[in-house]
Amino acid sequence: MSGTDSLRAAMLSLAFLLVLLGIWHVGTLPKEQAASANDEYAKLMGKGAVKTTGFPTPAQMGETARKHLTDPFYDKGPNDKGIGIQLAHSLGRVGAGFLLAALLAIPLGFVIGMSPLVYRALDPFIQVLKPISPLAWMPLALYTIKDSSVSGVFVIFICSVWPMLINTAFGVAAVRRDWLNVAKTLEVRPLRKALQVILPAAAPTIMTGMRISMGIAWLVIVAAEMLVGGTGIGYFVWNEWNNLSLTNVIFAILVIGLVGMLLDLMFGRLQKLVTYVE
Amino acid sequence: MAFLEIQGLAKTYRGRDGRPFTVFEDISFAIAKGEFVCIIGHSGCGKTTILNVLAGLDEASAGVVVMDNREVAGPSLDRGVVFQGHALMPWLTVMKNIAFAVKSRWPDWNRTQVTLHCQKYIGLVGLTGSEHNKPCELSGGMKQRVGIARAFAIQPKMLLLDEPFGALDALTRGNIQDELLTICAATRQTVFMITHDVDESILLADKILLMSNGPGAVIAEVVENTLPRPRDRHSIHHDPQYYRIRNHLVDFLVNRSKLYQTGELPRPAAPQVVRPGVEPAARNAEQRGSAGRAVANIVHFRH
Ligand SMILES: Nc1ncnc2c1ncn2[C@@H]1O[C@H](COP(=O)(O)OP(=O)(O)O)[C@@H](O)[C@H]1O
Ligand SMILES: [Mg+2]
Repeated sequence: MSGTDSLRAAMLSLAFLLVLLGIWHVGTLPKEQAASANDEYAKLMGKGAVKTTGFPTPAQMGETARKHLTDPFYDKGPNDKGIGIQLAHSLGRVGAGFLLAALLAIPLGFVIGMSPLVYRALDPFIQVLKPISPLAWMPLALYTIKDSSVSGVFVIFICSVWPMLINTAFGVAAVRRDWLNVAKTLEVRPLRKALQVILPAAAPTIMTGMRISMGIAWLVIVAAEMLVGGTGIGYFVWNEWNNLSLTNVIFAILVIGLVGMLLDLMFGRLQKLVTYVE
Repeated sequence: MAFLEIQGLAKTYRGRDGRPFTVFEDISFAIAKGEFVCIIGHSGCGKTTILNVLAGLDEASAGVVVMDNREVAGPSLDRGVVFQGHALMPWLTVMKNIAFAVKSRWPDWNRTQVTLHCQKYIGLVGLTGSEHNKPCELSGGMKQRVGIARAFAIQPKMLLLDEPFGALDALTRGNIQDELLTICAATRQTVFMITHDVDESILLADKILLMSNGPGAVIAEVVENTLPRPRDRHSIHHDPQYYRIRNHLVDFLVNRSKLYQTGELPRPAAPQVVRPGVEPAARNAEQRGSAGRAVANIVHFRH
């Protein structure tokens, strides 16, 4: 039953996609005709490139996508790199910032979750720091770190640390008393208790925090790279906007969406892996 | 000195109005090695609190607990606990839940030793074949069996059970009671068990502690269960002692448990030991014979 349901959903998705592409195609059609009427003029002006003639058609998009996907890793200088290279830069920064955040947030979250005193002592700091837009840290980061790429990593770090910290603390504090009592009556040592009782018990909550963090990190990296420039998918978008290449901008947007979806899917899998049924 | 001695145990909480609220006080009793002791009392009188103090999970406001000549101060592998809500770790299989306990008890054992040991106790509670199931794939009765196997597997000097079968249906409860009876007979395990089931206590216990209502609950009587062993759940009620003991327990719960609070019955300095199972005539003879022994001088039985 669910098999036929998902098949139906897939068919409907496909139908929506076709309708969308159809509307897009029809919507961009007249402009193309108008452009072709001015073809001679365009040639005279030495501007033969289709990309400047207005909003791209689906066909042009397909052509651009094909070009990018057949050669994603070319490198022709600082302003012309393949989409694969740009993505790798962004993913590298996100990965590094996220990993550093996890390394700090999860152990600290453990301590906060286990000690109401530490929780109350750190709570004001967390409450003030959490709502700050990660991009607001950028000038400070650039000034102190003096490296745009590392500043990007820092911004990712600062935005992904909060959900992980708060979720870890919450998950650890909410571990069922019964399981802790089992560990107590078995005289389980603190480290073993932390790793074999508290960690698996809190893992679903911690993983939810990590998933939220990754989602935010992927949102923030685009903005951060637009701001500092150099490399990355965000810089690519900004650069192509300056080149007035809307096809490339649209292509990059689609890629950002797809990669974000894949990242979320990956964390969804991990979440499923550590979830238990009581 | 008995194997387990509880002397002058009391638990006091600070009430909402700031005045102290005494759950129970002057709780003194002893358990001999290999003895099965049940405690019965109305909900809220402090049974779980006493058990947690014995387990070392809670602290009493006054009094001492001495086991094997050593004061109980904190949890220990010497006292296995079967929790009311089974308390299995849902992310571990049956085997791994028990192995977690076994590895805590014998950290030096290799994997084969641990597995063999776990297997033995899984077999003992009749769960062979379910080793690799997670708790969520088991029925309530099976989960409680795993909890029991886990507690037995560490071979504690004493076992503490908090209403272990309270949430089970009658049929399942009966089966597990039979298993517990068999295991205890085989291992000579010392057991302290909370129950609200009068029949369960008569089937399992050597001694039944009757606790009066709180606040300020006390152990009013110690009922010696004179029913001979081995006991069988299906034929136990053919023994004339059975209903004498049962009536005594029910009468306590229904009529007398609340009278200690109001002062209608005197609070005993030490709980009276009674043997309602023995026929009144025999009891009187016994009473004459052993003058020093406090036997059944209870309102209910006065002629
Ligand atoms: N933290 C607490 N503060 C105040 N009273 C408590 C607290 N914990 C338990 N109590 C009281 O202690 C009494 C005994 O509880 P418990 O040992 O669970 O009883 P039982 O197991 O016999 O039903 C209850 O009346 C309960 O209200
Ligand atoms: Mg209780």
